[in-house]
Amino acid sequence: MHWNSFGEFLAMGSHGLYVWGSVVVMAVLMLAEPMLLVHGRKTLVARLKRQLRAEQQEAGANRSPSHHSHNAPRNTPQE
Amino acid sequence: MTDRVINWFKYASPQTFYPLAGKLIPWFWALAALFGIAGLAIGFLIAPTDAQQGEGYRIIFLHVPASWMSMFIYLVMAFWAGIGLAFNIRLSGMMASALAPTGALFAFLSLWTGALWGKPMWGTWWVWDARLTSELILLFLYIGFIALQAAIDDPRRADKAGAILALVGVVNIPIIYFSVKWWNTLHQGASVSLTKAPSMAAMMLWGMLLCALACWMYSIAIALMRVRTIMLERERHTDWVRELLDEKG
Amino acid sequence: MLRAVIGRDLRLAMRRQADIVAAMFFFIIVVSLFPLGVGPEPDQLRRMAPGVLWVAALLATMLSLPRLFADDHRDGTLEQLALAPQPLGLIVLGKVIAHWLVAGLPLVILAPVLGIQFDLSRDALAVLTVSLLIGTPALSGIGAIGAALTLGVRGGGVLLSLLVLPLYIPVLIFGAGAVDATVSGLGPQAHLSLLGALALGGVFFAPWPTAAALRVALE
Repeated sequence: MHWNSFGEFLAMGSHGLYVWGSVVVMAVLMLAEPMLLVHGRKTLVARLKRQLRAEQQEAGANRSPSHHSHNAPRNTPQE
Repeated sequence: MTDRVINWFKYASPQTFYPLAGKLIPWFWALAALFGIAGLAIGFLIAPTDAQQGEGYRIIFLHVPASWMSMFIYLVMAFWAGIGLAFNIRLSGMMASALAPTGALFAFLSLWTGALWGKPMWGTWWVWDARLTSELILLFLYIGFIALQAAIDDPRRADKAGAILALVGVVNIPIIYFSVKWWNTLHQGASVSLTKAPSMAAMMLWGMLLCALACWMYSIAIALMRVRTIMLERERHTDWVRELLDEKG
Repeated sequence: MLRAVIGRDLRLAMRRQADIVAAMFFFIIVVSLFPLGVGPEPDQLRRMAPGVLWVAALLATMLSLPRLFADDHRDGTLEQLALAPQPLGLIVLGKVIAHWLVAGLPLVILAPVLGIQFDLSRDALAVLTVSLLIGTPALSGIGAIGAALTLGVRGGGVLLSLLVLPLYIPVLIFGAGAVDATVSGLGPQAHLSLLGALALGGVFFAPWPTAAALRVALE
């Protein structure tokens, strides 16, 4: 172990502000990115499920055979 | 395409790649945590004080991996973009767009940590050093790529346009780097040389390599996560996504 | 073929001379703003002049880039050109040359006059003009890639500058550097040859990615 005390570790030889400023920002951003991704994925899945259910109900109400799924155009703008 | 080619590109189909990526992601996270803890422990707890720079040099364990990653990711992104353009594989384009934000993040972090390193070492937040300037331009290139893809609604067109831009960028990066370097040597007044690296203790090198490996693993995990979201979004009208959503209840 | 494309584009450009004149005045105004912003000390102005004139030239070129393919795209000419037996890259080369004649050459002619405002010596003025003469074709060539990529995309104009300006940096460095080197007595040869290499690359290499980007836009 290089350090004698925790205070010395925090002070980083009077460069503490710079060292910990780098560490904190890097840690925050590298934690925020996966969290944002997980959140975005959850909202996407919820939205897609809502859409799917709405379509299924619609198809059931019309009593029409479901033929929506085969190679439907992937680029139809939605929402 | 013949059957054989389809077989060859089996894992390139989103349907097969999606679950595979899902299984791999936790492993890459585990590796990222492992390498990260080891690297930071060596870098911040064990590595000796640098003779010239004191303790402030420890920013190197964050700064150098971030800079490396920002450059590697651009190359990898351009590689996927080129493959996607040449063989018309959907997955490649998605990988390229999944990598870009992470690359931009590392470019930003490299500038941020560079500034915080520069202040105690040279007494200024920013110098127009060749490397710092190139890193800034790299960030601009990432932002251009992301903005171009965001502006195009049709994902196929967005992929191809982005691919052309990424390839043009890759051809340009060495030209930009050398021109900036040339410019820098002519304006000696403002420059502070970063190139005279202090002779590094083996322990420092190990810490840096481990941190760089952690960033690699992090980038792979993040790219896989993002590519899965992109897949769901783009393939939402296909059978496999519908089945997947049904399964999840 | 090349000559036909150039001739056609020049004729079309002549019909909207207002655009060309507006870009020129933009160049003049931007350059004239700098002394007002930083003060009239001749020494300082002389040092800034190469950078200011070159940056203004980059921005003025950007102004005319969105029109490079947009009109042809709107009236369907571009699709016909893409179907022509000649390689699309060659047609793009023609359009790039026409763009340079309309947007780049006037900057070259104006630059020495504006350089006088900045108290540049006669040598520096000559090198400035030569550097712009060599460098502006590269701007047209590289800019064409951005114009093709943003064709028909929303927010195209701003996006175009975001994509193209970073790619212009080497041209800026060697162009302004040539004048700088003359002012400081180093001689501009090295800068000008590198600028020439960039221009050759910009004019003869850039049309191919541009053609690829146009095909993507036309799909």
